[in-house]
Amino acid sequence: MTGRLSWEALPTYGAIVTFAAVLVLSLIVMTVAYLTWTGKWGYLWREWLTSLSHKRIGIMYIIIAFVMMLRALLEAMLMRAQQAVALNNPGFVDAEHFHQLFSTHGTVMIFFVLMPFITGLINKVLPLQIGARDMAFPWLNAVSLWLTASGAGLVIMSLLLGRFSTGGWSGYPPYTGIDFSPGTGVDYWIWALALSSISTTLSGINFLVTITKRRCPGMGWMRLPLFVWTTACSSILIIFAFPSLSVATLLLALDRTLDMHFFTNDLGGNMMHYVNLFWLWGHPEVYILILPAFGVFSEVIATFSSKTLFGYRSLVYATVVITLLSFTVWLHHFFTMGSSASVNAFFGIMTMVIAVPTGVKIYDWIFTLYRGRIRFSVPMLYALAFIMTFVLGGVSGVLLAIPPFDYVVHNSAFLVAHFHNMLIPGTLFGMMAGYTYWFPKATGFRLDEYWGRLGFYGWLVGFYLAFMPLYLLGLMGMPRRLQQYDQPEWQPLLIVAGAGALIILLGALCQLIQLIVSIRRRRTLADRTGDPWDARTLEWTIASPPPEWNFSVIPNVDERDPFAAEKGKGHAYPLPARKDYQDIELPRNNGLPFVLGVLSFWLGFALVWHLWWLAILTLLGSAGCLARRSFQRDSEKRISAENLYQYDRKRHQQLQKLAGHHALNEGFRWENKVD
Amino acid sequence: MMAPAQQERLRGYLLGFVLALLLSLVPFACVHYQWLDRFPTMATIGICAVLQVLVHLRYFLHLRLSEAKERFWLLVFTLLLIGLMVGGSLWIMWDLTDRMMGH
Amino acid sequence: MTDIIRSPRPSPELPSRLAERELGFWLFLMSDLVIFALLFATYGVMADRVAGGPSAEELLELRRPLLETLLLLTSTLTMGIASLFWQSGKVRYPLILWLGMTLVCGGGFLYLELQELRHLLEQDAGPSRSGFLSAFFVLVGTHGLHVCLGMLWGLFMICQLLLRGLDAEVASRLQRLGSYWHLLDVVWIVIISAVYLPGAMP
Repeated sequence: MTGRLSWEALPTYGAIVTFAAVLVLSLIVMTVAYLTWTGKWGYLWREWLTSLSHKRIGIMYIIIAFVMMLRALLEAMLMRAQQAVALNNPGFVDAEHFHQLFSTHGTVMIFFVLMPFITGLINKVLPLQIGARDMAFPWLNAVSLWLTASGAGLVIMSLLLGRFSTGGWSGYPPYTGIDFSPGTGVDYWIWALALSSISTTLSGINFLVTITKRRCPGMGWMRLPLFVWTTACSSILIIFAFPSLSVATLLLALDRTLDMHFFTNDLGGNMMHYVNLFWLWGHPEVYILILPAFGVFSEVIATFSSKTLFGYRSLVYATVVITLLSFTVWLHHFFTMGSSASVNAFFGIMTMVIAVPTGVKIYDWIFTLYRGRIRFSVPMLYALAFIMTFVLGGVSGVLLAIPPFDYVVHNSAFLVAHFHNMLIPGTLFGMMAGYTYWFPKATGFRLDEYWGRLGFYGWLVGFYLAFMPLYLLGLMGMPRRLQQYDQPEWQPLLIVAGAGALIILLGALCQLIQLIVSIRRRRTLADRTGDPWDARTLEWTIASPPPEWNFSVIPNVDERDPFAAEKGKGHAYPLPARKDYQDIELPRNNGLPFVLGVLSFWLGFALVWHLWWLAILTLLGSAGCLARRSFQRDSEKRISAENLYQYDRKRHQQLQKLAGHHALNEGFRWENKVD
Repeated sequence: MMAPAQQERLRGYLLGFVLALLLSLVPFACVHYQWLDRFPTMATIGICAVLQVLVHLRYFLHLRLSEAKERFWLLVFTLLLIGLMVGGSLWIMWDLTDRMMGH
Repeated sequence: MTDIIRSPRPSPELPSRLAERELGFWLFLMSDLVIFALLFATYGVMADRVAGGPSAEELLELRRPLLETLLLLTSTLTMGIASLFWQSGKVRYPLILWLGMTLVCGGGFLYLELQELRHLLEQDAGPSRSGFLSAFFVLVGTHGLHVCLGMLWGLFMICQLLLRGLDAEVASRLQRLGSYWHLLDVVWIVIISAVYLPGAMP
């Protein structure tokens, strides 16, 4: 009945772990108590948990990302603190726990911070940018959300019951096989990843179909905002690369539970094939993470330079070329495996080739800045820091693409520095920029600028202090994932890196304060026009936050940057005639995706602990949910044309009042003018 | 009973079935009766497989450029990527086997 | 034997919604094809790794796979004929009959496949014997699992035809089931040509 579950699963193997578990548990209890105390359960269920609206789903994804990021940052801090002191002594984190720390840090950051952050932003913005009312599959979208949430829940669960994997975020066998990792840790890792990959695949399909089928009239492919383009390419990568991760991890699961021999040492297993499959996904994943950030930067740089993007076409082609080439470079993650020179040379050259389209993009952004009227708002600060810092990381990447050099620094701190240099100033800064840029669209008020700047400088300075020393340490021969060491010359640099991590943590703290301050000052920071940045794309033509149907009348687009063009021509904010309004349908709220999420959490839990009866029950329950859904009709509600018309008329009157003596149809450019 | 368009489709299904049947039976017979040497047999199996896949795509899935443009190109793209992934994997792993085991 | 297409309130957007679903499902199928492709690659890597155990040549025979091929081919034909009925959207019982025949063929296929796998287990040639057998069982088993899921889906669609009738949404689901089924047959052709036939060659 209880499978592998016993009292020993309780987290009593270390003071820090017990403390963390108690902390998590009390946070959960406090949240539940708060919701019960304020009687918010009904509200939460009706407005959020059952919502199929892309706007709500996007916000919930970003909340998941921030919660999980807090955990991953604290873990990073612990590791940096440990390495700062652990010269010739075991420090304060024991080896087993240290290994869990770097495994969860990587897993959480990739799968439950960056991926949900990206998915959340895309959800929030994509339909608005292409003039659509929702995603193509709103119900499936909610299923994706709750699958991600249940995967994140599984990682949190590993803190309360049992342990997490010690095999790193990439989980190489044979170490992660049953012989060397008999516990539940690797199983937690496998099933959390499985839930996350199903969720991501469904999202990818949803995004791509939305972009193909739901563009408003006139929005041709060469008029799409760049964020939409990068989302499309990222979705293609998701659809075709994630199967590889699923195959790698599920074959590993079969090795572990059914005693098969794909990646074992004996009986014909071939562990290098796992590495091959893992990076066949892993390298496209890098671009799945970075392309949407490129999209955000393209939007931000164009808006805050008050210019149309330089070289739009070349940016699009570069994105598409990157998408294709990213499937041809995966071996550079394991040059040291021992391939023959021709194999290593091929993949080394392809890796250098893929740097070319990325370079094209950098130049396009720089030329967009050139002679622009630049406003140094927080999103733009992130974008500028990105251009400088990302080039640095890219250059270290081209170094790593040279097999002989890679042999020298493989698995050293140099590598750690390199990929953090891509993922923090690349993806994470992109997400921060997007979060700040679209925050008013999501909530109706801007984020506080002062605390935002402090947060930005915390991240930037902290990043340089934390990771530049790691380049040096790598060249000095320090391997990654060290719990303690005996080289005194490493310690000063590790102390600097520790200080950097602390500054990053302070930056994140500033962002938390920023959020609280902004909520308290929401009246002063309110975005009444819906266009707080004098921006260029469709999402800024509608109110902030948008009505649940987004566009009362689906817009008709005849050029790139449609809103900027309308403002320039004095055609902004047209009020359509009454006859142009039509009744519309929107999906009704539905509780089944949430139920599916809960069931899949327990399915994952059952698979980790070998509770086969629970696994069967949850599978049957999930099938029941799908069957139930296929019989549901009337899953849409109707909003009448009259309602829409009245809404638009009222908004138009408000805008008129805000514009005062200025011409409304030229937009609110005077509000954002450069001083 | 049936509309002409449907009769047309039915004929398509029957033709596809007969072609697929033939293309299945030929390689089975080749292997069973050992008509040919090893390499020509392998070639026959490969050619028949490719032809039969094409028959299925055309007659059963109706993947024609005129009828299902999106699906057609998506499949072509998928096959390209599958070629990259499978070809690359086999190249890498067989190369490794040669170097490590040398058998 | 005719029923009228039932829909409480035909939405003007329904046709485009259904086209979106068919495109989305096709994308899912493409993703699924990549899974199969990688399992083939895995089989290619593992085929020689018999670890002193039985090899493909010793284990595989041709009679059962031939029967399985014929059954699956027939089911593809019956599924095609069934599609003529759901596309015309008027006749329900012949449609159920042809769908039922498809399922019977699928069931026969699964029965033979399970028998074959059981036979291998009895010879002490299960998936935990060697890397080669792990790869073989997982490749063939994944295809079998897909057939099994397809049959459950088919059974469910028959229930839905009886309970809900044939409306545009149900017809679109059947269309997607059809694509799924035909693609499984394509995968089977590759399994036959890459695993069974070369394996059974002396």
